[in-house]
Amino acid sequence: MSGLHDQDEVPLLAVRGLAKYYGARRGCANVSFDLHQGEVLAIVGESGSGKSTLLNLIAAELEPDAGSVAYRLRSGETRDLFGMGEAERRLLFRTDWGFVRQDAAQGLRMGVSAGGNVGERLMMTGARCYGDIRATAGDWLERVEIDPRRIDDGPRQFSGGMRQRLQIARNLVTRPRLVLMDEPTSGLDVSVQARLLDLIRNLVADLGLAVIIVTHDLAVARLLSHRMMVMKGGAVIEEGLTDRVLDDPQHPYSQLLVSSVLAA
Amino acid sequence: MTSNSSSATPLLEVANVSKSFTMHLHGGARRDVLRAISFTAAPGEVVTLGGPSGAGKSSLLKMIHGDYHCPDGAIRIRHDDGVTDLASAAPRRILALRRHVIGYVSQFLRVIPRVSTLDVVAAAGREGGLAPDVASERARTLLTMLNVPGHLWALPPATFSGGEQQRVNIARGLIAPRPLLLLDEPTASLDARNRAVVVELIREKQRAGAAIVGIFHDEDVRDAVATRIVDVTRFAPAA
Repeated sequence: MSGLHDQDEVPLLAVRGLAKYYGARRGCANVSFDLHQGEVLAIVGESGSGKSTLLNLIAAELEPDAGSVAYRLRSGETRDLFGMGEAERRLLFRTDWGFVRQDAAQGLRMGVSAGGNVGERLMMTGARCYGDIRATAGDWLERVEIDPRRIDDGPRQFSGGMRQRLQIARNLVTRPRLVLMDEPTSGLDVSVQARLLDLIRNLVADLGLAVIIVTHDLAVARLLSHRMMVMKGGAVIEEGLTDRVLDDPQHPYSQLLVSSVLAA
Repeated sequence: MTSNSSSATPLLEVANVSKSFTMHLHGGARRDVLRAISFTAAPGEVVTLGGPSGAGKSSLLKMIHGDYHCPDGAIRIRHDDGVTDLASAAPRRILALRRHVIGYVSQFLRVIPRVSTLDVVAAAGREGGLAPDVASERARTLLTMLNVPGHLWALPPATFSGGEQQRVNIARGLIAPRPLLLLDEPTASLDARNRAVVVELIREKQRAGAAIVGIFHDEDVRDAVATRIVDVTRFAPAA
């Protein structure tokens, strides 16, 4: 019954009262939630709902106008992200966090080989032996279903689906505990999406990752996430167990979103 | 209001649970489904929910599984750590209960792209705490018992017939040794031979001490397994 015993553990991430305004326009406001190790949280909503703003605040790529993001470090100490120095935060993001972006060109170094893209993260964390780095990079390419013989090819020679898989390898090679994903499957063909989703699903479960995934696709949320937050106009309007939000939505807007999906 | 014929301590206690749906996209129309339903299920019991379709039987199972909100009343589930009220439990708690305590066979299999039938079933076992080799072995045994042909095991069940998908779903729901089982018409699209297999599997769980709550459309299945019937229409809201 191990799963029932860990209910009181300290969350990995604690977001409180997070808000961001663009002039008078609300990017997002009053967002609070906890995320525990191994939990997958989906943030859903349409364009302009504030879901990407929220993700960028958590990634400290935007300065919040209010609120805090506390993270439990590997040492056990919990720190506020915005209270950290820039160097300390960068080190944390390189080692213990990942960020898989919608546009692979933003998440990869397009001029560097596949092996280099994966190996770079390892070198940032102190790996120095070229042979080990190359071997680990090859293992990770295989793990994300890229032929390791393509280790010296650059991302420009890869398809959209392969680029996303390479991004995942680059992010996971340092064994982070928290991974942010921004629409990782949109813009891909449906068959390519299914493969990527299956890969993400397995890696998340095998590695016990905590994930925050922003998506407008409710099927992606259903397949990957344990919990869901529905955003509209910068506010969280409904949250809870993914199955419950999708099967018994309470808010008029959640009902509209769920009922707007075409059943295949 | 409680109808409890068993002397054993109940594993599940549904207390004064009501349910209605407000359809905001249809002018806020409200559908009342259940009013103040109470019953219990103890280990070794097969409680069958009775009543015509639309009486709220499936809704009730979905509330016990946590798929539907339970805004009124309590759904108490006993486990090794004490008692949890599912109506007010946090998502993490509900997920932990699903892994270790609550098994659920829905009417339809939710297919995951690219995952083979054997692994769809074995994964449910691993999630329920079985060791990987035990889960694989048990998945093979269940699929064999349920007459899912071996040449289909390596394929994802997306293209299977309704009856085949349902049997895969039953194997998923029954593979792990969970003490509370919710069965929503597990035999709806099965032939007589496979219905008999399901009856035997349910009895096996019952003998192992599971508390079972089920909806059975087929009279022969219901008669074969039910130890008690809770008539849901008694809890229908006044028209």
